[in-house]
Amino acid sequence: MRMLLFCCAGWLLLIGCYGIVVSRNLIHTVICLVVCQSSTYLILLGIGYRSGGTAPVFSDTSPSTVVDPVVQALCLTDVVVSATVIALFLALALQAHKQHGTVDPDELTSLRG
Amino acid sequence: MSRRLRLAVFGLGAVLTGALLVIAFTGLPEFGTSHHPYGDRAVHTAVDEQKTSNAVSSVNFDQRAIDTMGEEFILFTAVIGTLVLLRELRREVEEGEVETELRRSPRGLSSTAYLTYAMLGVTTLTGLYVVAHGHLSPGGGFQGGVVLGTAIHLLYVGGGYRAIRKARPLHLYEIFDALGAGGFVVLGLAGAIVGGDLLANVLPLGALGDILSAGQVELLNALVGLEVASAVIVILARFLEQYAEVRIQGTAR
Amino acid sequence: MTAVIAVATVLTALAGTAVVFTHHPKRQALTLSMLGLMLTLVFVALQAPDVALSELGINALVVPMVILLVAEKIRARR
Repeated sequence: MRMLLFCCAGWLLLIGCYGIVVSRNLIHTVICLVVCQSSTYLILLGIGYRSGGTAPVFSDTSPSTVVDPVVQALCLTDVVVSATVIALFLALALQAHKQHGTVDPDELTSLRG
Repeated sequence: MSRRLRLAVFGLGAVLTGALLVIAFTGLPEFGTSHHPYGDRAVHTAVDEQKTSNAVSSVNFDQRAIDTMGEEFILFTAVIGTLVLLRELRREVEEGEVETELRRSPRGLSSTAYLTYAMLGVTTLTGLYVVAHGHLSPGGGFQGGVVLGTAIHLLYVGGGYRAIRKARPLHLYEIFDALGAGGFVVLGLAGAIVGGDLLANVLPLGALGDILSAGQVELLNALVGLEVASAVIVILARFLEQYAEVRIQGTAR
Repeated sequence: MTAVIAVATVLTALAGTAVVFTHHPKRQALTLSMLGLMLTLVFVALQAPDVALSELGINALVVPMVILLVAEKIRARR
């Protein structure tokens, strides 16, 4: 039972990679990458969890058992930054469509000058 | 490589990776373990020494501020890359090769428009609150910046593309983006000059739970909030421009 | 492991599978929004409100909006 969280994270990673392999549309490929990224957040936060712990914020409580704040700090910046990187990929997909008229990765194989 | 062969190779790789992952996961500590050495020290430093109520903000902007600076510049660089790519698509219009007109969209309900205009102030205020109280309660520059960046697009929902184009001076937001990123580095260098280490927390720490506590965390929150909000607005603006301005039929490609 | 975390995790795995098997880009934006919502619930169950806040704003709002704009632009250019 304790492996459920980690196994679901592993499942998300592998199904995201499967989506990238069988993709027929660059936009679909990029979003499958987002699924892969979500698996890493699950693993990180799963490692940081403490049974019976609460959120590491002390504005209205006194110090008690809290979960690990370091992994939350890692995930938090990563979520926002990955959004801009996804926007960059989508702009690339738009540019690829303009240059070659297609967004099918199988047809975009040759690097034309 | 044919699709079938590619899928077979992937299947083999996935099975091996899955087996490795399962072996790795069984080696991890028990889920919900109480053994978090770094976490305990981080919480102790945040609450007792740095007087920050939100331990996550303390880790992000005080104890590991240099990592946040690196992440912020990843964001900045990705925004620059996106703008450069979309400007290439925009170049056709500006050089007169192609003419565009605004896409004709159906008129929305006036009740939607009134609701979005009413919610615009509330959402902006909520975003500013989240940024300003990042060191006290869950929130901070990143989350508040996203709220602020999306708040202004309520205008697009209620008034259409013309409304948001009128109310959003894009050059100003590009300047704000750079100010937020550069301000972070300037504050870090100031910390180096005064305190000896880059991004050292040299501002007064105050008392736990006060609005003016935790030294530089508040200031860095504001700068990051400015940068993230501007980045979201600028990126969405360029994509909206691509979508809303359609080429007039018959003009050259 | 509490029941809440277990249920939220299984829902996230299902949502991720749904995202991968949706091939039409505009519909995928919607399933991505659902994945963002499920992830927010998992993050709240794992006592991480900061991460949940940013996840909700980004994956349920900003990224689907960009996907919809790009998908429509590509469709219109064809």
